[in-house]
Amino acid sequence: MRCQEFVELVTSYLEGDLPEGDRAEFERHMELCPGCERYLDQFRTTMTLLGSLPAESISVSARTHLLEAFAGWRAGEDDGRA
Amino acid sequence: MTLVLTERYVATVSAGDRDLVEALLAGDETAFASLVDGWSGSMLRLARSHVPSESVAEEVVQETWLAVLRGLPSFRAESSLRTWVYQILLNQAKTRGVRERRTVPFASLVSDDEDSPSVDPTRFQGPGDPHPGGWRAFPEEWPEHSLLSREVLDVVRRAVAALPERQRVVVSLRDLDGQSAEEVATLLDISPGNQRVLLHRGRSTVRAHLERYLTDSSELEVAR
Repeated sequence: MRCQEFVELVTSYLEGDLPEGDRAEFERHMELCPGCERYLDQFRTTMTLLGSLPAESISVSARTHLLEAFAGWRAGEDDGRA
Repeated sequence: MTLVLTERYVATVSAGDRDLVEALLAGDETAFASLVDGWSGSMLRLARSHVPSESVAEEVVQETWLAVLRGLPSFRAESSLRTWVYQILLNQAKTRGVRERRTVPFASLVSDDEDSPSVDPTRFQGPGDPHPGGWRAFPEEWPEHSLLSREVLDVVRRAVAALPERQRVVVSLRDLDGQSAEEVATLLDISPGNQRVLLHRGRSTVRAHLERYLTDSSELEVAR
């Protein structure tokens, strides 16, 4: 396996999607190639950073509106049953 | 093989979903609030891909939750609760996008350079070199301390924002929200292979942005 092929397989490898033979070859290449080992590390770091981006949120008024709608939805249902 | 995995996956999520749906139907406001708090931010992000403004995107999220409440009694757990909610979101956003003349149907989007390489080909040795396809120079090490800075997250955020549409949506759902490959492929109605390619392209591009930023700034530090 060449380095140029290795970098294309990183996500497949991390997803566990590589067939057994390819996975073994991928790991063998990584053990022998410090450049690709580092590349995989940096790829993982990238994913960690993506996962640590601050969450966004809807406005407080939108949230309040939704919680009121939920309370009303329940009340409406209760009325229907009674 | 794939089918077996998918079935097991559905079976695993639906137990938790069933409890959640029961809690909602029983009027558990805490359950509803935590669901709204947990998902609305990423729903907002997804809605933005289809509508022209932030305020419309927020309206789409609100309309989605109201539609979820209306539909909840008939939720059949054929997909995970989250996939079902996000499908409603996508439908709402598309309807709204058409009305606002900014429709971006996911499947029909141009295949935004899905075939482009993960790493600039000039980084690798050519046919006449001793090791064709091998690194010309190994990727440089990233300075650990820089990774903790707030600026780095800004670089990541901007890199995601600049990704082609489909890659941005997949990277956001997978790596920012933590949804599974199965969920995302189902939601966007794309093949598992297509999902993986979009994810890989997106991640590779974000890594390249980080590399440029981190190795440039370490050069600056050395120069000082």
